[in-house]
Amino acid sequence: MPRVVPARSTQALRALRISLACVVCFVFLIPVLWMALTAFKPREAIVAVPPQIVFRPSLEGFVSLFTQRSTLTRMQMERYRQRTDLHWWDRIALERGLVIIGPSQYVGRLTNSLIIAGGSTALAVGLGVLSAYAFSRFRIKGEADLLFFILSTRMLPPVVVTIPIFLMYRRLNLFDTHLGMILLYTVFNLSLSVWLLKGFIDEIPREYEEAALVDGYTRFQAFRRIVLPQAVTGIATTVVFCLIFAWNEYAFALMLTSDRARTAPPSIPSVVGTAGREWAATAAGSLLFLIPVVIVAFALRRYLLRGITFGAIRR
Amino acid sequence: MIMPTLLLLIAFNIFPLLYSLYLSFTTYSAIANQAPVWVGLQNYRDILTSDQLWIYFRNTGRFVLLSVSLQTVIGFGLALLLRERFRGSGLITTLILIPMMLSPVVVGLFWKLMYDPNYGIFNYLLGYPPGRGPQWLASSELALWAVVIVDVWMWSPFVMLLCLAGLGAIPEELYEAAEIDRASTLYQFWRITLPQVAPLLLIAILFRTIEAFKTFDLVMGLTGGGPGDATELVAVNLYRIAFSGQWNTGRASALAYIVLMIIIGISNIYIRYLNRLREG
Repeated sequence: MPRVVPARSTQALRALRISLACVVCFVFLIPVLWMALTAFKPREAIVAVPPQIVFRPSLEGFVSLFTQRSTLTRMQMERYRQRTDLHWWDRIALERGLVIIGPSQYVGRLTNSLIIAGGSTALAVGLGVLSAYAFSRFRIKGEADLLFFILSTRMLPPVVVTIPIFLMYRRLNLFDTHLGMILLYTVFNLSLSVWLLKGFIDEIPREYEEAALVDGYTRFQAFRRIVLPQAVTGIATTVVFCLIFAWNEYAFALMLTSDRARTAPPSIPSVVGTAGREWAATAAGSLLFLIPVVIVAFALRRYLLRGITFGAIRR
Repeated sequence: MIMPTLLLLIAFNIFPLLYSLYLSFTTYSAIANQAPVWVGLQNYRDILTSDQLWIYFRNTGRFVLLSVSLQTVIGFGLALLLRERFRGSGLITTLILIPMMLSPVVVGLFWKLMYDPNYGIFNYLLGYPPGRGPQWLASSELALWAVVIVDVWMWSPFVMLLCLAGLGAIPEELYEAAEIDRASTLYQFWRITLPQVAPLLLIAILFRTIEAFKTFDLVMGLTGGGPGDATELVAVNLYRIAFSGQWNTGRASALAYIVLMIIIGISNIYIRYLNRLREG
């Protein structure tokens, strides 16, 4: 929105505004940058006083994150040092007097996160598209009430519904299973998915489908060939929101999984070493965990705004 | 086409709600092998007369009030700042959005490191010498503020995003007319900008209030409710009663119902106010 006021004072004001925006942006990113730095710090640098910004990067955090280690006695260490078949990660552990005895659980937890977030997003968006299409195109009795009911399911604090779901899951053998978590996140994302997609599908003119129906397409063919391709941006937006939710969810995962299906968020806090918290490992775990979100969000940043406002604001 | 969606929602929402309503009138523990015993309003009476719980409710209230009002001011301020587009403003907007996309428990955990009085960067950036700054997480007065700061950092971007949408929708003619009338910038802000953004701002506040009331993961990562019970919010306490250690399912259900009523109440007041604002 260019305002036609080319006075000198507004020029200065504009420069001030831009630099202030840059400063604010930097301040907001400090914690994220600090996390990235910490992930590459050797242990001494993390607890250094005052905090160190320049240090020799180390992959110790990542090694601690991905492996289980055990302490060596002095004699064992001497013998271990002689060996020539050591990898660089073995050497990093050896510097701490530790030996790597196997992979950690983090890889498994990350895989669980991927399966559960991916599965639930696919289901939530798939079911969401169908429902949104129906809500958008057919006359449904009590449509407004139904839509409000769907949205209201998201208002509940997770802790409120977890107790009965916990009991239900134990009875149905869904406790600590991938399927159970996928279904649960699907339900929680459905409300968002239906609302978002309805907004997008409402915008696609009905005439296109009507023309297709006249040409002899069935309802479903018209939906698949005409509506779906046009709703792609809406679907992409919905996918991002559902993914972010399922990927970051903590409360349900904490209470409804124990080992087999546990996702990364409830297990990052438990990346604790023998000598107090291993901050580098925690930071490395958190960093790896947030990279996918940042990439997905960045790739689809143009749609974020419309998503959050349920398409209520047209630009 | 709507049936699968509705069936899932009913199975995972209506059933749990009715079931926990029933459980809230019973004494029951999810790990004991005993059937629920009907005790009527006993659980509710216990909760509403327990001094401890009032402390948790007060903590939650303070937390919600502080953090939502700060987020509103900062988020709105950011939106005003980023309102006019310039080279790189899109990038800056996106970067500021990163905090709200992170997992709250990870965020909490990470800020714990930043708050450390000795080697944390937070006090250092505030200009305190190492070890001499405030002990954010160890002091019962500051701990709640520590949680508020993190929550504000995480969610101001959300308010900003909604405000930006609202600002973008204001017709330019309004400002042009005001410019002709030689209205002051302040006057323009109060009479044009604020009223026009108000509906979306209120939606942002409503969302944030409901979410803040449910805050659980951030606190679990940051303080775990401590020190003492300085940051024990209702949702955190609910978890403790229901799962970790106590397994008092009946009582937890009653508390859950009370929380639910409060949230529904808040949403209704807001929505009514919002509708009036829209019509008026």
